[in-house]
Amino acid sequence: MDGATHTQEDRWNLAGRTFTSRLIIGTGKYKDYAQNAAAAEAAGAEIVTVALRRVNLSDPSQQMLVDYVKPDRFTYLPNTAGCFTGEEAVRTLRLAREAGGWDLVKLEVLSDPKLLYPDMEETLRALKMLIAEGFQVMVYCTDDPVYARKLEDAGACAVMPLAAPIGSGLGILNKVNIGLIIEQAKVPVLVDAGLGTASDAAIAMEMGCDAVLMNTAISDARDPILMASAMKHAVIAGRQAFLAGRMPRRVYGDPSSPQSGLI
Amino acid sequence: MDDVLDEAVMTLTINGEERSFSGLSDLAALVLSLGLDPRKVAVERNLEIVPRSAYGATALSDGDRIEIVHFIGGG
Repeated sequence: MDGATHTQEDRWNLAGRTFTSRLIIGTGKYKDYAQNAAAAEAAGAEIVTVALRRVNLSDPSQQMLVDYVKPDRFTYLPNTAGCFTGEEAVRTLRLAREAGGWDLVKLEVLSDPKLLYPDMEETLRALKMLIAEGFQVMVYCTDDPVYARKLEDAGACAVMPLAAPIGSGLGILNKVNIGLIIEQAKVPVLVDAGLGTASDAAIAMEMGCDAVLMNTAISDARDPILMASAMKHAVIAGRQAFLAGRMPRRVYGDPSSPQSGLI
Repeated sequence: MDDVLDEAVMTLTINGEERSFSGLSDLAALVLSLGLDPRKVAVERNLEIVPRSAYGATALSDGDRIEIVHFIGGG
């Protein structure tokens, strides 16, 4: 089976929707929306995260995201970036639902502006509020398997543990915990935040993540569009390696050529 | 009396900024007067979401707090 056919058949389900691409990208920090749109194309992304903010009243003619990264082409995943309480998150996502008509959302409630670490107690409270209002909620969380399970039990449609702090580019800091979260979860697990380069994405996928979500790793690369393409290939490679099943690790060498018939 | 009020100057707080308007009939007129495409924004009036379909039927009052938001890039 060739790779193209294989990846086409290898779809994943999220809140009743089916996707082929396992790379979700953010739309922040790009030079402009045109570069952002080109990166989304190069990444082969089907889902993009977006933020909700006040319109600029002094310049209503400024560039708008929807004119470049078009919502009929990409599934918009509104986030709650900048929210520190459940009430703020609910208010933001109600507006997002009205603006776009989508109930699939990304919840992130942060605690610490320096680490940008999720406040898990408040995140869980906000999740319950959003579930009660009928949202389908993908939840950004710490790499804590206990909280990941609580989020799933509360109705999260995906759990999204961080690899490392947002924008840090450090890669997966705690592979053991990410592995435990993947092992126990019955909803999709996405590594969200902290990936730095293509090998980080491949590692996440080799571990069995359903998808990865990243922004800065692409937007802050010297050539974001080329990095978007690299990430696309890394995610496909990692996924295929996971499906293929890696060979066992050995301490000693094992010759690849036959030992018999030596001259 | 209503006609007089309609033409009266009305002060609204829009996205945290106080602005004065005269002769604004409803929310649809406000969105248009701000040069915004109603299909690309969402509006809150006094902390309550106004569905897009209801802009024309939503009268504004002096002192209303309006939030008008849209999607921008984010991670």
